[in-house]
Order: sequence, then C-alpha cells, then structure tokens
Amino acid sequence: MILVWMISILLIGGVACWLVAQRNQLACKWTALVAVIAAFLLPIIWYIQHTPAVGAGNNWLIDYQVKWIPAYGIGFHLAMDGLGFIMILLTSLLGVLAVLCSWNEIREKTGFFFFNLLWTLAGIGGVFVAMDLFLFYFFWEVMLVPMYFLIAIWGDFNRRYAAYKFFIFTQTGGLLMLLSILALYFIHGQQHSGNYTFDYFALLNTTLGNGATARWIMLGFLIAFVIKLPMVPLHSWLPDAHSEAPTAGSLILAGLLLKTGAYGIIRFVLPLFPDASASIAWWAMLLGVVGIVYGALLAYAQTDLKRLIAYTSVSHMGFVLLGVFAFRQMALQGVVMQLLTHGVSTGALFVLAGMLKERLHTRDINQMGGLWTAMPRMGALAMVFVMASLGLPMLGNFVAEFLILLGAFEVSPVLAVIASAGLVLSALYSLRIMQKVFYGQIQTITAPPADVSPREWIIMASLTIAIVFLGLYPQPVFDIVSGVVQQVARL
Amino acid sequence: MNQLLAYIPAFPLLGFILLSLFGRKLTNPVIAIIGAGTVCLAAITTIVLGVSFLQTPPQGGAWQQLLWSWFRVGTLSVDLSLRIDALTLIFIFIITFVGALIHIYSTFFMRHDADYARFFASMNLFVCSMLLLVMADNLVLLYLGWEGVGLCSYLLIGFWYDVPSNCRAANKAFLITRIGDTALLIGLFLLFKELGSLNMGTILQQAPKHFVSGGASITLITILLMVGGMGKSAQLPLQTWLPDAMAGPSPVSALIHAATMVTAGVYLIARMNGLFQLSPVTMAIVAIVGAITLFVAGCSALAQTDIKRILAYSTISQIGYMFLALGVGAWSAAIFHFFTHAFFKALLFLAAGVIIEALHHEHNIFMMGGLRKRMPEVFLTFLAGAAALSALPLVSAGFYSKDAILWYSWSAAGGNPVLWLMALAGAFITALYSTRLMLVVFWGDMRSPVHEQPDKGMIIPLIVLAFFSVTAGFIEWPHNLFHLTLFSDQVQQVLPQTVMKENEPSEWLFQGIAALVTLSGVYLGYVLYYGKSGVRWQQSPGLSATRDFLFSGWKFDQLYNYVFVKPYLFLTRINKGDVIDKLYNAIAQGSMRLNSWFSVSQNGSLRMYIVGVLAGILFIITLQLLL
Amino acid sequence: MNSAQMVLMVAAVLFALGLVGVLTRKNVIFMLISVEIMLNAAGMAFVAAGAKWQQPDGQIMFLFILAMAAAEVSVGLALVLQIYHQHKTMDVDRLRELRD
Repeated sequence: MILVWMISILLIGGVACWLVAQRNQLACKWTALVAVIAAFLLPIIWYIQHTPAVGAGNNWLIDYQVKWIPAYGIGFHLAMDGLGFIMILLTSLLGVLAVLCSWNEIREKTGFFFFNLLWTLAGIGGVFVAMDLFLFYFFWEVMLVPMYFLIAIWGDFNRRYAAYKFFIFTQTGGLLMLLSILALYFIHGQQHSGNYTFDYFALLNTTLGNGATARWIMLGFLIAFVIKLPMVPLHSWLPDAHSEAPTAGSLILAGLLLKTGAYGIIRFVLPLFPDASASIAWWAMLLGVVGIVYGALLAYAQTDLKRLIAYTSVSHMGFVLLGVFAFRQMALQGVVMQLLTHGVSTGALFVLAGMLKERLHTRDINQMGGLWTAMPRMGALAMVFVMASLGLPMLGNFVAEFLILLGAFEVSPVLAVIASAGLVLSALYSLRIMQKVFYGQIQTITAPPADVSPREWIIMASLTIAIVFLGLYPQPVFDIVSGVVQQVARL
Repeated sequence: MNQLLAYIPAFPLLGFILLSLFGRKLTNPVIAIIGAGTVCLAAITTIVLGVSFLQTPPQGGAWQQLLWSWFRVGTLSVDLSLRIDALTLIFIFIITFVGALIHIYSTFFMRHDADYARFFASMNLFVCSMLLLVMADNLVLLYLGWEGVGLCSYLLIGFWYDVPSNCRAANKAFLITRIGDTALLIGLFLLFKELGSLNMGTILQQAPKHFVSGGASITLITILLMVGGMGKSAQLPLQTWLPDAMAGPSPVSALIHAATMVTAGVYLIARMNGLFQLSPVTMAIVAIVGAITLFVAGCSALAQTDIKRILAYSTISQIGYMFLALGVGAWSAAIFHFFTHAFFKALLFLAAGVIIEALHHEHNIFMMGGLRKRMPEVFLTFLAGAAALSALPLVSAGFYSKDAILWYSWSAAGGNPVLWLMALAGAFITALYSTRLMLVVFWGDMRSPVHEQPDKGMIIPLIVLAFFSVTAGFIEWPHNLFHLTLFSDQVQQVLPQTVMKENEPSEWLFQGIAALVTLSGVYLGYVLYYGKSGVRWQQSPGLSATRDFLFSGWKFDQLYNYVFVKPYLFLTRINKGDVIDKLYNAIAQGSMRLNSWFSVSQNGSLRMYIVGVLAGILFIITLQLLL
Repeated sequence: MNSAQMVLMVAAVLFALGLVGVLTRKNVIFMLISVEIMLNAAGMAFVAAGAKWQQPDGQIMFLFILAMAAAEVSVGLALVLQIYHQHKTMDVDRLRELRD
C-alpha cells in the first residue's frame, strides 16, 4: 500500500502545485517540496520499520495487487524487492534535490513545471515497482511525456530540437517494447490454455527457449532499454536532451531516467529471456565497452560543460551494460552500485553545471576559468564529484566500476582490459573539467560570481555525503540487493 | 597495541576533515597547529608503536586491526583492515616522521599564502592516503591509498592553480600515473581470477602453490604490477611527469615527489616479493628498467639549470637504484636505500625551497651563487644532503645504502656485470651533478641578492634531516666492515634474504672501485665548475646539442607528444560532433527530403486533386475489372 | 437496350459533363453548379435502379441527395461569398490556400 501512497502523493502533489500556482508561486514551490519530501520519507520510514527483513536480502518485500481490467488480464500490481527499494530511494532523494535546485531557476509557468516534475518522478517511481507489464508500460509513458515538456518548455536555446529527439528516440523504443509485451502476452496465453495475463510473475513461466521468436521479443525489450541506458550507437539523443534541459531535468534524466533502462534489463530482459540474452551477451558486452571508450573520447572533445557531462554518462553507462551481460554476481552488484553512484555523482555534476550557468550565463568552458578563486567551496565540491566520475577509491563509483570490471574480467579478459583503459580516458575528461573551469586565471571581467548559497549547500552536501558513504561503506546496498542479484546471476 | 594502528592514519584524516570544512574560518596559527599537529601526533604514535614492536615483536611478525568490512560480494571480501610488519613500519616511520618535519617546515614556508588551509588539508590527506597505502592488508585498500596519493599529488602540484603551466603539470602527473594505476588494476583482476583473493597474506601464501615459477600468468601479473609501480615511481618510460611535478611548492616536492609517494612502486614490489620471485623474467625487467632509468635520469640531471628539476631527475635516478636492487633480489638493500634517500632528498628539497624563497622565486642555479657565506646553515645542511646523494664514502648515509646496491648488482643471484657498470656510471654522474649543484649554488659570485633570511622554524627541520642524512647509514654496515645489520635483521622478517652468486668476488674491491668512482666524479665536477670553468662548458657549441637533448629529458616529452597526445587530440577534435549523430541526422534529413518530394503533389489546386481522385477511381475500377 | 440502361447511360453522360465542368471551369460558382449536375446524375442513377428492382429505396435515396445538395449549395455559396470577400476573386487557380 505504501507504494500506492508514494506514487499518489507525487501525482496529487503535482496537480496541487499546478492549482496553487495560479494564486501563489511560493506556495507552489513549498507544495512541491512537501510532496517530494513526503514521498522520500515514506520508504525511509518503512525501511526503519522493516530493517531486518530488508537487510537479509529477502526477495519480495512489498506486494500489492488489485484487479484493474480483468477482462484483458491487466492488474494493478505493485511489488518491491531490494533492487526496487534501492531505486525508489534514489528516486526520492534526487526528487527532493531536483525540486530544491529549481527553486530559483524556474520563473515562468512555475506551477506547470512542478506538475511535470512530480509526474515524471511518479512515473519513474512507478516503473521501478510495477509488476504488471501493462502497468509498467503505462508508467514508462507517464515519465516520458512530462519530461518532454520539461525540456521543450524550460530548456535552453535549442530546446525544441532536443525535446523532439528525446521523444522520438524513447518513443521508438517504447513502441518496440509494447510490441514485445503483446507478443509475450499472446504466447503466454496460448501456452497456458487461454490464461491471458500481463502479470510479470505469470509471464516468467512462459517457456521461450532460444528460438528466433524469443530472440526477437527479447530484442524489442532490450532496444527500448538500451536506448534509455543509452548504449552506443543509440545514445545520440542524450547529449542534446541533457544539455538543453533545465538543471532539474538534467538531474532527473541523468540520475533516474537512464537507470530505468538498466533496471529494465535486470528486471525483465534477463529473467524473461535467460537463454536468448545469454546468446547475445558477448555482443552486448562489446557494445558496452565501445560505449565506455567512445563516450570518453567524445566527452573530452566537448566545450559545452553540460554536453561534456552528458557524454560521461554514455561512458559510465557502458560499464552497466558490460556488467549486466557478464552474468556474474559480482558484476551485477557492481551494476546496481553503479546505478546509484552514477545517479549521485553525475547528478551532482549537472547541478554544478546548472549553478555555474546561473552565475555566468554560459555553458562554454572556454569562457570559464579560474573560478576557484571566486568560489573555493564550489571548486572543492566539483573536485569531489570530478574525482568520483574518474573512479577514485573512497568514493562510490570506484566500488561499482571495480566490481563490474572484476566480474567482467572472469568472462572476457580482453573486454575488461579495454574497459579499464576507459579509466585512463575518464581521467582525461574529468581533469579537463577542473582545468578549464576552476583552474587558471579568472576570466570574468565583471564582479566575481558568488560562492555556494545555503540552499545549494544542502543539495551538494547531501550528495557528497551519499557518495562518500557509498564509497566507504557500500555493504548495506550489497546486502539489500543480494537476493535479486543472486537470482539473476543464477540464470 | 593493535588498537593504536588506526590512529596513525586517523590523525591526519581528522586534520584533513577539520581543515577542509572549517579551514576558511580559522586563523593561520590554528591551521598550522591542526595541520602539522595531527601529523606530529601520527609520528609520535608511530614511534610508540615502533619501540614496542622492537621490544616485543608481535606473533607472526605483524599487528593487524580490522576497522570494518568494506565490501563482501560473492567470493570477494575486502576489508578496511590495517596491518603493520617490519617493512610497513619503516615506511610509516619515514612517512610520519619526515612528514612531520616537512609539515613544521611548511607552516613557515607557506605563511604568506592565501590558501594556507587548503595546503594543509591536502598535505594531511596525502599523509593519510600514503599511510593507508603502506598499511593496507589487501590490494584493494592499497589501491585506495595508491589513488589517494595520486589525487593529493595532483592537488598539490596544481596548488598555485592560476598559472596554466602548473595545471598542465598536475594533469600530466595524474594521467601518466593513472596509466600505471590501470595496469595495476588489471593486475589485480588477474590475480583475483587466478587466486580468488586480494588479501596480501593469502596471495603470498598461495602463490607458490598455485603458480609455476616462470609461468606465463605469473609473469603477466608481475609485469602489470611492475608497470603500476613504474608509473608512481617515475621509472622509464613513465617518468616524464616527475620533473614537471616540481611546479608544486617545495615542501610538496620534498614529501610527495621525493620521500614518500614516488617510492610507492618500490613498496609494492617489495611487498609482493613472493610473486616477483616466481618470475625471473620480471625480476630481470625490473632490474633493467631500474638500471636504464638511473642512467637516463642521471644524465638529464647533469644538464638541468632549475634547482628543483635537478633534484627531480636525481630522484628518478635514485629510485632507479631501488628498482635495480629489487630486480637483482637485494630486497633489503632497496628498502635501505629508500630509507636513507627519504632523509637526504627531503632535506635537499627543503633546503632548495629555502634558497628559492630567499632569492625571490629564483629557480635557475646559474642565477644563484655565493650562498655559502650568506646562508651558512643552509649551506651546511645542503652539503650533508649532497654528500649523501653522491654517496661520499663513510661519512654519508647514502654511501652505505648505495654501496650495498652496487655490490649486489654484481654479486647477487640476479646481478650481472652490465647492471653493475650502469650503476657505477650512475654513481659517477650522481657525484658529478651533486658537485656541480653545490659549486654553482654556493661558491662563486653572488648573482642574486638574498632578500630575507629563513625562519628558524625552517632551519630546524633541515638540521634534523641533515643529522639523519649523515647518521642513518650507520645502522647497517657492509658485511666486511663491522657487519652491523640492524636494518636488514628487521626487514628480513618480511623480505627474503638476498641470494648471492657462488664464488663471489671480494667485496673490498667493489667498495674501493665505488668510492674511487664517486671521488673522481666529485673531482671532475670540481674541475669543471669551480671558479669560472662551469660557464665555459655551458657555452661550448659542440656540446650544446647533447646538452639540449639531455635538458629536455631525452626528448621523451616530444616523443609522447607526437605518438599519443597529438593523435588523441586529433581524434577527439574531428569527432567532436559525433559521427553517429550524423547518421541520425541523415535519417531525419532523409524524411525531410521525402516530405518535400511528396508535398509537391499538394499544390493547392483543386483541379489537380479532382484529377487525382478520378485517376484513383479509374485505377481501382481497372484493377477490379482485370482481376 | 432496356429503359433502365438508357437512363443509366444518360446519368453517366450527365456525370461526365459535370466532371468535365469541375475540371475545366475556373470560376468557383460554375464549379459548384457542375458538382450539382454530378449529384443529379447520381440521383438519376438511383432512381433508375429503384425502378429496375421495383423498390422505393431509389426514390428515398434521391430525396436524401436532394436535401444534401440543398445543404451543400448553401454552405458552398456561403464559402464562395467569404472567399470573394477575402480574396476578391473567383478564380480557383489563384486560390491555393489548400497548399499549406
């Protein structure tokens, strides 16, 4: 029931924001903040109450099921396991921060903005807990459409183009997934004497083997998810969408939307089509490695700060693909960790880029430089997250990448070695950020920009604590997801 | 005693946290007390531990303390767990003790800098990471420290970030060491795949059973570990970052780029001795790399004019000696050279820092001169350091450690005459450039005025270090002379004994040759540089090409620039717009084109539409009739 | 050839005439009239068919067509008036608003 509450708080909060904003802009912001904090506290309170069960790595922690459209076997089925819980936690944390970082940035149509923001969050939350494929698809679209508006209305200069591109790419994937869902639905119905259902647990019993049908259905799912991930060569929507979106949009895109792709692979592709996905595992790993290297090369060349960070996401998500298709427990644990830490670290970098843009009105790193003098605190914060993104131990990303590479190395040493070379490239682009933005002589002729404000301080401090905690004591996360991971790795 | 282990890295960590959170609000004296005090506390803790280690050695030769479990996933279990044995103890002693002296020195050296707190925060973090590196009981924690020191090195080289060349130097240092680090990481993966554990104890225990001596996999693993060590320790071909790293403040060069961090590679190889011994090929490579490096870097040091770059090249060269010793299997000699080198090289850098500050940031030695009279304390301490560097017989610490290496490079099981000759040539060059440095800086005419005399607080660390530069060697005498082996007795609890060749030649003879070579190097330096003669050599046209070649560090930078940097930049530049995106744009453009073709038919003429409808009807009817 | 076929022939000729009128005329009003002719041709075909099968449906259909034609003419003429007000012309070749 708590899941329903969480999603409905966000949905109702979004509508409330829109209504309140007609009267009072400030009240609208507070409504949004209260809604996301409430949605954040719910899973935490629940966690505190149920710690032992969660820590033990039990599989299904919450299961809520009512009939929705029984004629077609569609149910309103929400369930949460360790993986879902971790993702929900990340969603709600980044949700709070997204509201906070749009506090001053959004000046037009505030109500509609927060409506879209909260609905996207609700969609993402729903994606992580929906256990009915029809419902899953529904949430998949719920998170997509408001995101489109976020980019298209509050984006930067080239926002239309970016928004269309984002929409077309994701929608193409979504439609392929819909086809696959339907195909699965019918095949299952025929196999189980007319028991047509969209329920995830029922569909798990579908026997598909490794025939051409299974391959095609699997590809439908996989393409939808790897577009979101994104995988090279399906990544090209990402830099545009990330760089044009408002700060909160970039934060949610990088921190959460990309994760739905990885989550989908772990939750649906591998368990539903174990044989078919094993048969393409090597290719998927190869594409993951290509993504690591290619994303890093592109990131180094960029001069637009947000675009640069966007390409680093391509590189980091390559690790996810590599780890998932290694089919090793260690690599999968690393993948879950990577989802968390990438959400935190790249999200933080986007927030930083947003702060810089707010102060300097540019995203071009050639026009920045020497900002450490004016903003030592922001420089230090940037250093933390730049180091996180190049995989410095002590910070979470290292644990994730280390485990992924260690797991992948057992399967394919060559690919793992090339991926490790990506670590050198990641140092190249990460240091470039520091060098271009914070080092050197200060360039702005006007008054030096102000350092971090208290509101920004809260955002960055919570992200910093999160990334350091994940780097030094990641064990709780591993324990929580161990049940899921063991099940998937056994396939 | 076990419980004290965590305090050693915890004190500097505490300093780092305090300074990075509240550094901007604190006054300079408070910052100095936190910054230097925490390291001093760590040093005191170390000494307490060290004394009790020597009095009552722990069972199994090591103390261990588990802090918490870092991560346990599947069969991999990595703990944040510290371990101290004799080898580690030597390293943490140097790190905390020399580190504390350098911190005290820095409180005066950096007193005018606006970013006082940032400096000490980074230095404290460095000490903490370095301690974790050497105290780690598993390779992942070692890697944490390994990257942590890399980060601090990066932060401190780029400390004066408003000068672009400093940032470039910082980036270069980070990247080149990162290449080594990645090799090390791959080595860890391979080790885990083979042995299923990353705990050092387990690895060293299982390796002899699991690996065939000289087999392919063990050779590959050790080569990867060695490349990791080469990156951090600035060995050929990954040495180019260290001379540029001198862009950082002098205390940084003393602590990070001379005494501690750059010897991390030596530590790694010594720590993993069980693996390296299984692979004679790698051992030979380590020795050869060391020998070549010590020669190449020594030659480069001869041609430098920047006082800190001379010292930087000499650091590379001295670490080359350590690698050589490791490679021939003279484990304790390598560690002993690390031990003495830390003192005298830290001393030289700190003294250089004093000189540079006194002469208003003058780095060029040919603009110095005549400082013997004006700065007598600095002169005397520098002399002690330079004597140790050039290994003057009997009166300097450097003699005892370097002589052992020279001796083993011939007589140890892995040694051979070529290595010995290289090392001997290196010794000659070392003596030559040390003498050149001394004579040009301290004798002759004064070419720059001395602006201010150094503080007492900066001189005291120099004197302490000078004392150790002379006396640190006395704890280990050659076999034929007193045969005092305090140092190697301790080290050999951890490291294997050096295996000697059968029917070894007389050690006296080798000591004599080494001493003679050193003295002749000093004499040649005296001839060339005493009085005006140094200038003549410098201006000789025939030598200038060689000099430029050596000055640029054997053109390694240019080579890498052409082979790696330029192609990489070219590749990234041409692909800035992402070719794959072009493909999607082409698809989009294709549909636009189709749209424009089809929209020709939509011309707004009603008549055309009706003709179209009619044609359609006729077509359908015809179809109907035909079929 | 019986009478039904004759009537159908006449209807076809009428329809063709109307079509040609729509295609060749430039003036919108003439085009409207031509459309009326085509409608009537269709109506005639319905009547002929009704007579042939002895069913009332043909006549009923024609009544529908009459009503529809009346509505169409009124709407059409209103549009024509508007077009004339806006563009000051009745020439379809110059009225290419449909293009975009």
